[in-house]
Amino acid sequence: MAHEIALECRGITKTFGSVIANNNCNLDVRKGEILAILGENGSGKTTLMNMVAGIYFPDEGEIVINGEKAVISSPKDAFKYKIGMIHQHFKLVNVFSAVENIALGIKDKKGYNLSRVNKKVVEITQRYGFIIDPEKRICDMSVSEKQTVEILKVLYRGADILILDEPTAVLTPQEIENLFGILRRMREDGKSIIIITHKMHEVLSISDRVAVLRKGEHIATVNTAETNEAELTEMMMGKKVDLNIRRSEPLNPVNRLEVSGITSTDEEGRKILDDISFTARSGEILGIAGIAGSGQRELLEAIAGLHKLNSGEIVYYTPETNAPENLRDKTPIQIRDLGVRLSFVPEDRLGMGLVGNMDIIDNIMLRSYSKGRSVFLKRSEPKNLAEQIIDELEVVTPSANTPIRQLSGGNVQKVLVGREIAASPSVLMAAYPVRGLDVNSSYTIYNLLNQQKENGVAVIFVGEDLDVLIELCDRILVINSGKVTGIVDGRTASKDEIGLLMTKSVQPEENLKETEA
Amino acid sequence: MGKVSKKLKSPPFHIAKRGETTWYYGIIVRAVAILSALIISGIFITVVTGKNPLIVYTTMFDGVFGHIDRVWDMLHKTAILLGISLAVTPAFKMRFWNIGAEGQVLIGGLATVMVMLFLGDKMPLPLLILVMTCASVIAGIIWAFVPAFFKAMWNTNETLFTLMMNYVAIQLVAWFLKFFVKSGSGVLTPMHEYGLPVLFGNEQLLNIIIVVVVTVALYIYLKYSKQGYEISVVGESENTAKYIGINVKKVIIRTLIISGAICGLMGLLLVGGSTHTINTEVVGGRGFTAIMVSWLAKFHPIYMILTAFLIVFLEMGASQLNMVIGISSSISDIMTGIILFFIIGCEFFLRYKIVRTKRSKEEVK
Amino acid sequence: MIAFLVSAIRLGMTLLFGSTGETITEKSGHLNLGIPGVMCVGAACGCYAEAVYFSAVGIKGTNGILAVIIPVIATLIGGALMGLLFSFLTVTLRANQNVTGLTLTTFGIGVSEYIIEKADTVGSFARGRKFFTASLLDLLPFSDELGGFGKLFLDFGIMVYLSIAIALICAFVLSKTRIGLNLRAVGENPATADAAGINVSLYRYLATCIGCAIAGLGGLTFIMDYLEGTWEYMIDDLGWLALALVIFTVWKPNLAVIGSVAFGALYVANSYLGLDIANQELFKMLPYVVTIIVLIFTSIRSRKKNQPPENLGLNYFREER
Repeated sequence: MAHEIALECRGITKTFGSVIANNNCNLDVRKGEILAILGENGSGKTTLMNMVAGIYFPDEGEIVINGEKAVISSPKDAFKYKIGMIHQHFKLVNVFSAVENIALGIKDKKGYNLSRVNKKVVEITQRYGFIIDPEKRICDMSVSEKQTVEILKVLYRGADILILDEPTAVLTPQEIENLFGILRRMREDGKSIIIITHKMHEVLSISDRVAVLRKGEHIATVNTAETNEAELTEMMMGKKVDLNIRRSEPLNPVNRLEVSGITSTDEEGRKILDDISFTARSGEILGIAGIAGSGQRELLEAIAGLHKLNSGEIVYYTPETNAPENLRDKTPIQIRDLGVRLSFVPEDRLGMGLVGNMDIIDNIMLRSYSKGRSVFLKRSEPKNLAEQIIDELEVVTPSANTPIRQLSGGNVQKVLVGREIAASPSVLMAAYPVRGLDVNSSYTIYNLLNQQKENGVAVIFVGEDLDVLIELCDRILVINSGKVTGIVDGRTASKDEIGLLMTKSVQPEENLKETEA
Repeated sequence: MGKVSKKLKSPPFHIAKRGETTWYYGIIVRAVAILSALIISGIFITVVTGKNPLIVYTTMFDGVFGHIDRVWDMLHKTAILLGISLAVTPAFKMRFWNIGAEGQVLIGGLATVMVMLFLGDKMPLPLLILVMTCASVIAGIIWAFVPAFFKAMWNTNETLFTLMMNYVAIQLVAWFLKFFVKSGSGVLTPMHEYGLPVLFGNEQLLNIIIVVVVTVALYIYLKYSKQGYEISVVGESENTAKYIGINVKKVIIRTLIISGAICGLMGLLLVGGSTHTINTEVVGGRGFTAIMVSWLAKFHPIYMILTAFLIVFLEMGASQLNMVIGISSSISDIMTGIILFFIIGCEFFLRYKIVRTKRSKEEVK
Repeated sequence: MIAFLVSAIRLGMTLLFGSTGETITEKSGHLNLGIPGVMCVGAACGCYAEAVYFSAVGIKGTNGILAVIIPVIATLIGGALMGLLFSFLTVTLRANQNVTGLTLTTFGIGVSEYIIEKADTVGSFARGRKFFTASLLDLLPFSDELGGFGKLFLDFGIMVYLSIAIALICAFVLSKTRIGLNLRAVGENPATADAAGINVSLYRYLATCIGCAIAGLGGLTFIMDYLEGTWEYMIDDLGWLALALVIFTVWKPNLAVIGSVAFGALYVANSYLGLDIANQELFKMLPYVVTIIVLIFTSIRSRKKNQPPENLGLNYFREER
């Protein structure tokens, strides 16, 4: 029996400035199937789907729906073709209730009536097995509930093609299982589901077919049943993954940073960091693995003095004297004034680590400008440093006076990492330092981290790619939902072992509490 | 397939961000904008009055440069407007919308007048001037500090807060005039004897010199000092500021103190160096105009000289038109508005470009 | 006492137009600081139309209903045009809202002065006052029996009732209709609204134009009703007060009905309290001080419920990346 094609992309190309996000992509989705789109970060998965959903408009190529050419220039058009997308960043109005969010933008011929919307929502939830209170306001909801509202929104509009952008990144394992159950029920209902992900095991467990994207290009679409992890990885990476990151043995490791029992809660009282303890040693790279949003960012920010803690200690041992200094509840300035040489490459480069509208010199100066008693800035030293960084790290830029915003992602990151290393740190923390970078830039960064390690710096590396973590790090700390679930040796650990720890469920009592609430 | 092609309707163009532009592109766009604005207002005036637009412009030019007194007047007006614009600039660079300059200047002026009125006959002139300066600066600081404090501590909306502070200042002045002017007329006789010193027989010279000094000082402060650098960082990204350990609250309050202090100083110049008395209209909306002056110059103190001059030129030119041709005095506000709208609008062409969608060309075939 | 309240209500309703208009505008995410200019232009357009109408029909031919409707329509058009200008600059050309708004105020004041000068050459618009201030009470046959109640609730011109009606309709539309839901979404989170298929630009254009049209009526009411047909250059002050009222009533037009009376009372109280001339001036400060206190209070409490629209003052551009 021939499969009915629901959606087809033909030769889609999209560029942003000089960056090619998608190049001549061909893709099709059948009715009643779950198609996984697999690709690394920055491979153009989301951009491609955004074009199908009407967020962007393709520069070239066409989209065919149910055999007819479609022009989708706005999300409204997408709805007309019964396409609905659930974005990674939820598009919900915080002060509205679930029902209000669902009713938003729908032209109901019978007039505006929230209670009727409410009734239909309840129908849908019962049909597919969602659990949600339609009257609850979004700002009072958990992440999983918000996602449910997003899916309901799309279903309410009668979408036949659902696109989910990394839906599992923010969910607990139970929630993921629950979501997958719902997706399977939808498939049985004849809906086409596209799920964007970069997690292999999910692809294998949920999808019927897999489309692989690499560097903006569509590589192949294969039946999940006829493929395996190795083959998919190869397609995704282009060649057999052998990262070949040079790793030396740690030299005289001594304890540099001792974190013990730190706990912190968010505004709504949920625990983000839950009794985390570990030690970072000099001359060693400590990796931190975990599902996105497990508390990695808060952990590093807490060490850097940017995140308030409820309890716990952060003790730093000064390299020369080994004298302990407690860093808890100190501001970044106080930490610096103690003589603690702590460098931090934050996840949000242009929003936190750098200032996009300032030039390279002024950005280099961020770290050092306050030195000295003069009320005036000294630009000569940062200028030399900027030129040195541009030169040594091969930063591609018209000049040192170019606003950093105009550089490409890899060059931005080189400037940031270069600046942080130039402060000759004794502790270097880097959060997702290679995210969105091309292979060459990534290796530059790995080498820089390794160099620092060899110089006796205690490096803390938060990563998402397990292959990299295993090849780069000496030890890997795995966290899940703000808790440490294990510390493994990078030389002996396997991906499965870490993957398991990353999703290791929290204590059963706590789960009960959650479901009750 | 025929049915399908009918449906095709992709947008003919879309808007994209412009990357780096050459320096002359910016100048050309702005020049075109100002020129078109002048042409449009010229057409407008011609339609309204039936006068040759050329005569209109020469009259305006004459109104500004026609006599040495007018030139001095123009310089003085530009200086005062520039001074107030300088005052709001550090705050704007920090993305703090201080639209309370009107009130901050006025309260500085009120402080000056009160010192003149109550202490004028009690101390020698040099000391009096010192006290006047301190009083006006402190008054300006207080008026700016209050909204800054609440912004820093609780993120209270500063736009509306500073706006309201203007009216509190205006009412204070109104109260002062009713309460202390014995005659009950509400008009305070100018106290020339207690004014700022007159240099070389020119009343306006001192004010102009002071503003020039402030301009240079502020330029250096913003561009070369550590504090100025901190202001830029906080304005661009509060997260980055926190990340490198800048105390954002401190910077907000400190910057507004500077902003308020300059406003207070302008109050002193306006009252002590020019009017020697006060009324609620002494600032005359310059607190608001200053915002445009500063914004149009992209917060650059030197460019602000040009934008301040442009506004003053329009204002004086229009009043000359009013005298000579009898055009309504409201024409000044209208022309200013038109020119500002054009300059505001032309920013779009500096930041974005309109790109034709490639696809549409293929479809035409 | 009744005279005081009547006066408070008459001024308050002027403000109510302004604040209702601005509330609608702000709900769409536009912070329009041009509202004082808009009120001036609205008023001037109405006055001009009135002058033209009177000079066209002469004294005998005057129709009371037309004498009200014509200026009202002119005001609505004038206000809407100002809104159109603001929206064009901020939505289409993505200009900074604060700067555009302040320029609009300067421009609007200039334009209104010009229009009024023109109106004076055409004829007198002041005669229109009797149609605007014509009391509902006089139309009712049993008015004498109503006493204080009648004086307090029925002895007003048409605009006062219109302002309340518009405020209540706006409150209803905002909270109980689809259009209101969409509009609030546009102001809270335009990206979400866009993704939901709502035309963000269209909503912002319309909300701003309608808001400005309504605000313009405030200016007209001030001139024709409160000042009984004399032009005075203080409408812009009222504009800022209307802006304050929006905050005071936490973006709710129905609350603004009461809030505006309170503001009106604060504003006119100085002449009813037997204060001396100086302290009257001090007393006029009250509406602004009260607004500041409300501003501080809401920000410290930081409740999710009474906050300004999340995207107030920010422009929206879809392909921003």
